[in-house]
Amino acid sequence: MEQVTVLGSWPSPYAYRVLWALELKGVEYEYVEEDLLNKSDMLLKYNPILKKIPVLIHAGKPIVESPVIIEYIEETWPQNPLLPQDPYEKAMARFWTKFCDDKGLAFTLFFIGVGEEQQKAAKEVREALKTIEEKALGEKKFLGGDEIGMADLAWGVLATSLGVIEQIVGMTIFDAESFPRLHRWAQNFREHPVISKNLPELEKLLVNYTRKREMYLDTKIA
Amino acid sequence: MAGECVQFLGFWASPSALRVVWALKLKGIDYEHIEEDLLNKSPLLLKYNPVHKKVPVLVHNGKPVAESLIIVEYIDEVWKQNPLLPQDPYERAKARFWVKFADEKVVPDMVSTFMKTGEEKEKAAKAARECLKTLESGLEEGKQFFGGEAIGFVDIAVGWIGIWARIVEKLKDVSLVDEETMPLLHAWLQNFLEVPIIKECIPPWDKLLQHNKGYLVKLTPDST
Repeated sequence: MEQVTVLGSWPSPYAYRVLWALELKGVEYEYVEEDLLNKSDMLLKYNPILKKIPVLIHAGKPIVESPVIIEYIEETWPQNPLLPQDPYEKAMARFWTKFCDDKGLAFTLFFIGVGEEQQKAAKEVREALKTIEEKALGEKKFLGGDEIGMADLAWGVLATSLGVIEQIVGMTIFDAESFPRLHRWAQNFREHPVISKNLPELEKLLVNYTRKREMYLDTKIA
Repeated sequence: MAGECVQFLGFWASPSALRVVWALKLKGIDYEHIEEDLLNKSPLLLKYNPVHKKVPVLVHNGKPVAESLIIVEYIDEVWKQNPLLPQDPYERAKARFWVKFADEKVVPDMVSTFMKTGEEKEKAAKAARECLKTLESGLEEGKQFFGGEAIGFVDIAVGWIGIWARIVEKLKDVSLVDEETMPLLHAWLQNFLEVPIIKECIPPWDKLLQHNKGYLVKLTPDST
């Protein structure tokens, strides 16, 4: 089998999507941790345009941008599919994945924003969660149906890092009372036999994100 | 195809709607065009795209698909003639990358060029030109289109950027798709916009200019 390498940077949610996809499909890979403040020659070689992680390198060929990588993984290793066969259902899975990516800025501002900017972001994230709970998830176990799919991998941040971020900023937006189905989904996601072996350690996340928020706030004041 | 019902909700000046129209035309798909008034959105639009309430939306046998690139991939999967994406997964990944790059890097710099004045405008135009130069590297020398010999996914996803670049160049007196520094991209744009099936879908230039002049005064973020 040809060599598969992932360039990532812990605890990037985008890198986690790629790792989860590979793990769910049972694809063997080598993981390389990048220091984004001191980018390696390998990263600059394989992603010269954007210089970002994650990067998937398969048989020497690089694929970048997590949604593009996930589609590539799905097409190259069709076992344990992350996308439905039906074109309409496939379009819906892509729609909900994009919906998550579109909320990236709101999530970020909830994390590193202050005052009104943060409040506005919190409101936007809550509205997005409501949409996902009601329109995307419904009564299903996962967004992908009975099995984890592409959209679940994208929204995985709700099951991993959002709780830590809420703790750090001192604001709860993803409460079980408002989002009972999504909370159940998050538990199912975390307890999945493959995902459970590939979750970021919460204590480490707390340290990492606390430091990150402090850094951003310092930059703002400076 | 007998029994197929395809409806398309669009807005004449929407760049993302144009992507879908080009895809429908290239595949020879029969569809009903429903023109939306974005200042007075129809119950149909609100019903078929409740999350974003934006055009374009494709409704196929009563089932709605929203988001222009998702619609184009859907069209490519359902109607197999004149394929837009390559078969090979790596080539598909490259195509998707270029479209993402254009949307996330080229477009914001062009928006800045459009919205700013003076030195800030020149700075934005320079950044836009650098991104366009990078985009050019997605073109293979000797091939007419991003898709190779035939128009493909990248061409129809990125084509409107070329149209809009010309509008911005005219309205803001800047250079974007520069022939000297980007000969391949410049040639691609010329060729692409002259292909009859592409050309006939482009709204009249003076109407587009007028419409975009209006944006300089007020921005309406009503299309995806």
